[in-house]
Amino acid sequence: MSDIVLAGVSVAYDGEPVVRDLDLTVASGEWLALIGPNGAGKTTILRAIARLVSFRGEIRIGGRAVTELSSRDVARKVAVLVQEPQMPAGMTVAQYVLLGRAPHLGYLGKESSRDRRIVRDVVRRLALEELASRPLDRLSGGERQRAAIARALAQQAPVLLIDEPTSSLDVGRQQSVLELIDQLRKEQELTVIAAMHELTLAGQYADRLALLVGGRLAAIGSAAEVLTEPAIAEHYRAQVKVIQMNGSGTAVVPVRN
Amino acid sequence: MLSIKVGAAAVPPAVLAGMPRLRWGWAGAGLLALAASCGVGVLVGPVHIGVGTVVQTLVGGAVDPGQANILWSLRFPRVVLGVLVGGTLAIAGAAYQGVFRNPLADPYLLGAAAGANLGATLAIAFAPGTSVLGVNVVPLAAFVGAGAAVSGAYALGRSVTGLRSATGLILAGVAIAAFFNSIQSYVQQTQTSSIRQVYSWILGRLVTAGWDDVLLILPYVLLSVVAIYLHRRLLDALTLGEDEVTSLGIPVRRVRLIVVVAATLGTAAVVAVGGTIAFVGIIVPHTIRLLVGRSYRVVIPLSVLFGAAFLVLADAAARTVVAPAELPIGVITAFLGAPFFIAVMRSTRAAAL
Repeated sequence: MSDIVLAGVSVAYDGEPVVRDLDLTVASGEWLALIGPNGAGKTTILRAIARLVSFRGEIRIGGRAVTELSSRDVARKVAVLVQEPQMPAGMTVAQYVLLGRAPHLGYLGKESSRDRRIVRDVVRRLALEELASRPLDRLSGGERQRAAIARALAQQAPVLLIDEPTSSLDVGRQQSVLELIDQLRKEQELTVIAAMHELTLAGQYADRLALLVGGRLAAIGSAAEVLTEPAIAEHYRAQVKVIQMNGSGTAVVPVRN
Repeated sequence: MLSIKVGAAAVPPAVLAGMPRLRWGWAGAGLLALAASCGVGVLVGPVHIGVGTVVQTLVGGAVDPGQANILWSLRFPRVVLGVLVGGTLAIAGAAYQGVFRNPLADPYLLGAAAGANLGATLAIAFAPGTSVLGVNVVPLAAFVGAGAAVSGAYALGRSVTGLRSATGLILAGVAIAAFFNSIQSYVQQTQTSSIRQVYSWILGRLVTAGWDDVLLILPYVLLSVVAIYLHRRLLDALTLGEDEVTSLGIPVRRVRLIVVVAATLGTAAVVAVGGTIAFVGIIVPHTIRLLVGRSYRVVIPLSVLFGAAFLVLADAAARTVVAPAELPIGVITAFLGAPFFIAVMRSTRAAAL
């Protein structure tokens, strides 16, 4: 089980509150999108769940408080895809994906042939075989994103936290990356929490959307419930038109008066 | 839960090729280079001694006692020390580069040598002949001094320019080294009774090296090299961003601390016998990255082998270039290393390590 519960979670950076008294429940296998204007605390919430930042309150994954787990145990439960993954020059794709096995190794341990097989299978699943021995600095933007997903997948963690999966990708690659994540979520029964900028895409792919404003939860629910013209006007200070498209989601379109 | 199928079939070549590992060919080349350089180091010298005599001496055959004496008391220990000093400086350089994520990091440029010299000078001048728990206090003081210099350079570099800048850390190291050197010179000049002993420490004793020097540094060198070698996989992981390494469950701070302490310990020990030998920690690891690969699983073991070979050869050159006089070995490494350093500095503007 990999349901996630946040109860009264607050995070502050240098005394400055970023997330305030947040309650949130994500079911096992669900895709929750965190949306909200810049500085709303989306990234910070992801960092708190992965215990990359200290917080007050309680976060439980599969019923266990993350503060009671070792950092290695957290890494076995939660894989993180940061917004701009560091891609060390000269490191090959296979070597990069192999780093995802780290949580399953002892401190000075070495990867077993099983670890290497898992890497091979992940590389194959993401159609990266041809690129396995290519250095990361010679990949295109879309290929890098797939390599980063492969590394997270090699971790074999049931929870995947993603920060802005589509930033800096064109519209075709945005769709293919989100489709891939959705397929993997179903195949691997992953619980996905993703901070997302593109409201229309968030509505199309996530089961539920959580709108955050100033570190607080302003609204949570389906796309139709959360993506309303007054809410977006108020919180994003944006002029938009929200269009319900029959069976293909909710479109949020900026308008200019 | 998770259902990535784990097949039993062999890993296909494409994936294998991308996996980090040290190929036997390169390991063999390293061993060969080391053996060849040791051969040169033993054969080069003012008295001609043939290969046959050397082999006879090693296997305990009948040889001229004079020549056997030259080999056992002069050349063999000098070559062995060259191996220890070169291997340690190269692996320490690679380790500092990995931990500080800075391609310009080198034990000498970080001020480790200046710190070791200051520590040793203070110990020799103010606590001569003291030992703590049966260990001579001079190497311990050298280690403390080196550690103070490296942590000072790190703190200063980070506070002034942040860790994004490769040159900030090095400038901080240069400043710390200058400051430590000035204190060291002052103590050296005012404590005249110990000046000779201090000089012999600082200039290094490769020239007069004996087996006692080998035994003095061997434990520290072994500890340092083994500790860094065991962390080679983790050094690869450290090339990721801070949040990414931490999210893999790797205790970043512990890894950094252990590797820095190990590299500093090794450096402090070899400074004692080697004197000022700069740039080995830059030349060797970067040449390996260029020729073989950037994974620390390759860079770390090959740095030991090629660093050792490089220093033994440099020492042989130092003995022969102006024979019958001798050049300090640091002259040779700086002559080769400074242009190399500039080349690395220019290339790091394009690609950070």
